[in-house]
Amino acid sequence: MSFQLLLFYLFAAVLIGAALMVITRRNPVHSALFLVLAFFSCSGLWMLAEAEFLAIALVLVYVGAVMVLFLFVVMMLDINLAELRAGFVRNAPVAVLVALLIGAQLVLILGPERFGLAQFAAPVPKPADYSNTEALGLALFTEHLYAFEIAAVILLVGIIAAISLTLRRRPTTRYQNPGQQVRVQAKDRLRVVKMDAEDVA
Amino acid sequence: MEYLQTFWADLPVVVQILLKIAAIMVPLLITVAYYTYAERKVIGHMQARMGPNRVGLFGFRLLGLGQPIADAVKLMFKEIIIPSGANKLLFLLAPLLSIGPALAAWAVFPFDAGLVLADINAGLLYILALTSLGVYGIIIAGWASNSKYALLGAMRSAAQIVAYEIAMGFALVGVLVAAGSLNLGEIVAAQQGNLLNWYWLPLLPLFVIYFISGVAETNRAPFDVAEGESEIVAGFHVEYSGMTFAVFFLAEYANMILISALTALMFLGGWLSPFQGTPLAGWFDWVPGIFWFLMKTGFFMFCFLWFRATFPRYRYDQIMRLGWKVFIPITIVWIVLIAWLKVA
Repeated sequence: MSFQLLLFYLFAAVLIGAALMVITRRNPVHSALFLVLAFFSCSGLWMLAEAEFLAIALVLVYVGAVMVLFLFVVMMLDINLAELRAGFVRNAPVAVLVALLIGAQLVLILGPERFGLAQFAAPVPKPADYSNTEALGLALFTEHLYAFEIAAVILLVGIIAAISLTLRRRPTTRYQNPGQQVRVQAKDRLRVVKMDAEDVA
Repeated sequence: MEYLQTFWADLPVVVQILLKIAAIMVPLLITVAYYTYAERKVIGHMQARMGPNRVGLFGFRLLGLGQPIADAVKLMFKEIIIPSGANKLLFLLAPLLSIGPALAAWAVFPFDAGLVLADINAGLLYILALTSLGVYGIIIAGWASNSKYALLGAMRSAAQIVAYEIAMGFALVGVLVAAGSLNLGEIVAAQQGNLLNWYWLPLLPLFVIYFISGVAETNRAPFDVAEGESEIVAGFHVEYSGMTFAVFFLAEYANMILISALTALMFLGGWLSPFQGTPLAGWFDWVPGIFWFLMKTGFFMFCFLWFRATFPRYRYDQIMRLGWKVFIPITIVWIVLIAWLKVA
């Protein structure tokens, strides 16, 4: 067993463990932190598969930005655990059914006859000067240009939709105009009154 | 000399790497300690005070040079108080999470041509990823302390860091478009030529935005609302004492040094000599590149202190406005411009 294989099993074990903790922890903040750990181990796995750009981008985007906002929201929530668990027994049969279905589908599709090691030869290690980033950029902007552009447009639509759904302008809200605030001068606010000295008798 | 070289080559790779890490970390931590001393001295003199000048070494005063050591010893012997109702594990984990990324980012740093611990080709991306992790220490500290001040500080800090990280990331995208590489060594090499070739001039708006965002990202004055002594006491680390508090401080100063070093690397040509391309170049050939790099880093480190002594604290909504509505649009426009210049 090589060192890389050892690393693979280590990261995979941490990933699965962390993923299990995400769905079993009672405290949502703990769940979110375990999700961060899961992303990290996943990034380690991608690094082993020589996809270093994707591995670092996963940490940068998901851990560095998305999960921060997640935590931000989760910490603000006041979650009533009893209320959350109320429907558990009633919904359990449906949940088990869905879980079994998804499990069966995964086994059927990802089974060894299609995704076994025999179908996928180990990739030849790339030389040290091979730039993953450059290869990815070339592939995205030549072969997959249309898919890439369409994904970009869908994301843009998503951003605009999210903003327009949450943006509410109430007529009673008063806004500050920073430009105006910056332009304010002392003489607009302050009047110096010249007075004669008082005659102290 | 030859004996030393063979001795080095015979060492196991792990030991070699560990020694290299020590060679980066030990000077860095000493710099952090004396940076706190420099801060008190510099701001002291800017405000016509003396700064610390009592604690010396071996019975000599030496301008108070023993102060950081005395501070460290004091902090080590203080009790670590864990608030009742705090989440113990996360409370103790938070300082580690804030200092870890600040130190790990140095792994890909080129101090001179070829003088780098890990010469990876996605170095810039690695640094971006690690600097974006620093916020976890702050958020978790704020939440785990089970204190209103701490939570408020953490929320402010998280919103601020997320906002300025985008501006910082975009500024670095400009650098990587101009240099055509994510490798830090190649980015410096692309600035060869003379002083005007360094990216501070061609990327002037990005340079200014990067450094200001760096100040905001490290929660330093005038963007230190996360600490805000006058409103929320000390923000996210209000419940921390002794060594746990010290680790937060170490992380903050390590981050300031990191941002200074990155700015020197990206925009002031790293280890390149400022006399390159001038008739004086020959006179300064003997100066090692790392000297220029440290000088440039030192200048930005001084700027951090200078800002703190000069500017009053920003209002919170103004910080957000500056980040989202001023910096991000400017960086986007400049990236497009640079890409256009690069292709044309």
